[in-house]
Amino acid sequence: MATLLGSEKLSFFELTESQKTILFDIRLPRVLLGACVGASLAVAGASLQSLLRNPLAEPYLLGVSNGAALGTMLAFVFFSQFEYARPVCSILGAGLATFAVFQMAQSRAGMNVERLVLSGVIVTTFLSSIIVLLTSLLDAAKLRSFTFWLLGDLSQATSSGFYLTLVVAITGTIILSSQARALNLMMIGERDAFDFGVEISKVRLIVFATASALVGISVAASGSVGYVGLIVPHLIRLIVGSDNRLVVPFSAIAGAIFVVLADTVARVAIAPRELPVGAITALIGAPLFIYLLRK
Amino acid sequence: MLKVQNISINYDVCVVVQDVSFALEKGKIIALLGANGAGKTTLLRALNGTLPIAKGKILLNEKTLTDYSRSEIAQKIAVVAQENETKFPVSVMEFILSGRFAYGTTFGWETESDLRIALDCLNLCDLANYENRLMNRLSGGERQRVVLARALATQAEVLLLDEPTANLDLAHQALMFRLVRERCKSCDSAAIVITHDLNLAAEFADVIILLNGGKIEAKGKPNEVLTEANLNKVFNVKVLLDENPVSKKRRITTIY
Repeated sequence: MATLLGSEKLSFFELTESQKTILFDIRLPRVLLGACVGASLAVAGASLQSLLRNPLAEPYLLGVSNGAALGTMLAFVFFSQFEYARPVCSILGAGLATFAVFQMAQSRAGMNVERLVLSGVIVTTFLSSIIVLLTSLLDAAKLRSFTFWLLGDLSQATSSGFYLTLVVAITGTIILSSQARALNLMMIGERDAFDFGVEISKVRLIVFATASALVGISVAASGSVGYVGLIVPHLIRLIVGSDNRLVVPFSAIAGAIFVVLADTVARVAIAPRELPVGAITALIGAPLFIYLLRK
Repeated sequence: MLKVQNISINYDVCVVVQDVSFALEKGKIIALLGANGAGKTTLLRALNGTLPIAKGKILLNEKTLTDYSRSEIAQKIAVVAQENETKFPVSVMEFILSGRFAYGTTFGWETESDLRIALDCLNLCDLANYENRLMNRLSGGERQRVVLARALATQAEVLLLDEPTANLDLAHQALMFRLVRERCKSCDSAAIVITHDLNLAAEFADVIILLNGGKIEAKGKPNEVLTEANLNKVFNVKVLLDENPVSKKRRITTIY
């Protein structure tokens, strides 16, 4: 359905050559990439929330997305000749930002919700300022495309980018699903998890690394699509409960649907012009975030 | 079954537990008593490997504790600690089944037998029909009983209980100790209990270890350890000692 909607309305049955090109070369990769990005972000969010015992943990709020964005930008400015520089730098950036936030959130008494969110805010604003400084190095045309991408943009979808994102999304979802039982215990408490047989440092490393890879690959493909990792797992928990063996895979499906729908709105709302998909997800996500914060 | 040989535990440069030795035998309950900051919880956390020991040895069934994997330890030693409130809507059943984690496989789900064990433990702890209630909607006392039910659900041979009666009313305090006592008798298990209730300790423990400043002040049968001199030295209070007319066990009354 999403592939048929847009500035050029398509019908299932009668397609001209140019419409076929629009459908198969432009819209289909874009919809499929959107699905991968949505699934990746939602699964990363669900896992980080359980790992950090914080329902408000989200790649965008924790600075992970900005780490990835900075990595992508460095690749964009300095290594644009290498095809895979963007995803690699993006994943590295996400990993470093996650590590920094986690280290800052630790205190002698352990980690608490306020400290974690605050650390996320500090890292996010710090990275944003570096991104702003770097944008001053770009020329006007690059600057517009980069700003649009930064807000979440699926319009640059390509087949090669899609396959890489698909592979990472599926592998990441399987890896995080394999940690779901351990995450169920981590969600209750780190000490409890340890007492009942979870190897905490191993689980933490696997989840941080996988979530960073998922966020990194998504940001490299489509910029910072915010709030997907926050609201999708919450909606899924309302339906299936807190068991991560259900929450992780269902978040993948629901995240995919959510981003595809948001992107369809982004393409259709002011057609023939487009909105960044990140603006749509943030418009829905921010009020919901406030609601969850007050709950 | 659990042997502690000359262990010391440090926090940075500060020695919290010093040269402590004792053995926990099958079917027995040890009560760990002492003033605040005496090192009771630290000692208990070291016994399941949470805290590293600086000196000495902990042997579980004649094998060093560090030679076991995390899930092997979890199958043999269960902990009842003061519960942190979780921010996620975890149901009582999900919480108790977390005690069966060490028996499961990576992608696995709980088996029929896991569910039956969990339900039995719920019933034992006076929590029938609580399985779908949410943990964060329970009272402190109810949560404490769920935590005990989870420890029982592990079917571990050693139970480590840190102030298990802190939030419980009188009836449930007695129920908690009765359950631990029955588990120790019927399943060849054993328990170490930290408590501040000297009378409950006198009533239910086979051995009492009195800690003072990280060292063992006295160790032995309740009547040998719970003496006026020992209690005065450790807690700095005057006590009146007599006999419980029903159980014939030692009774301690604080003189204010």
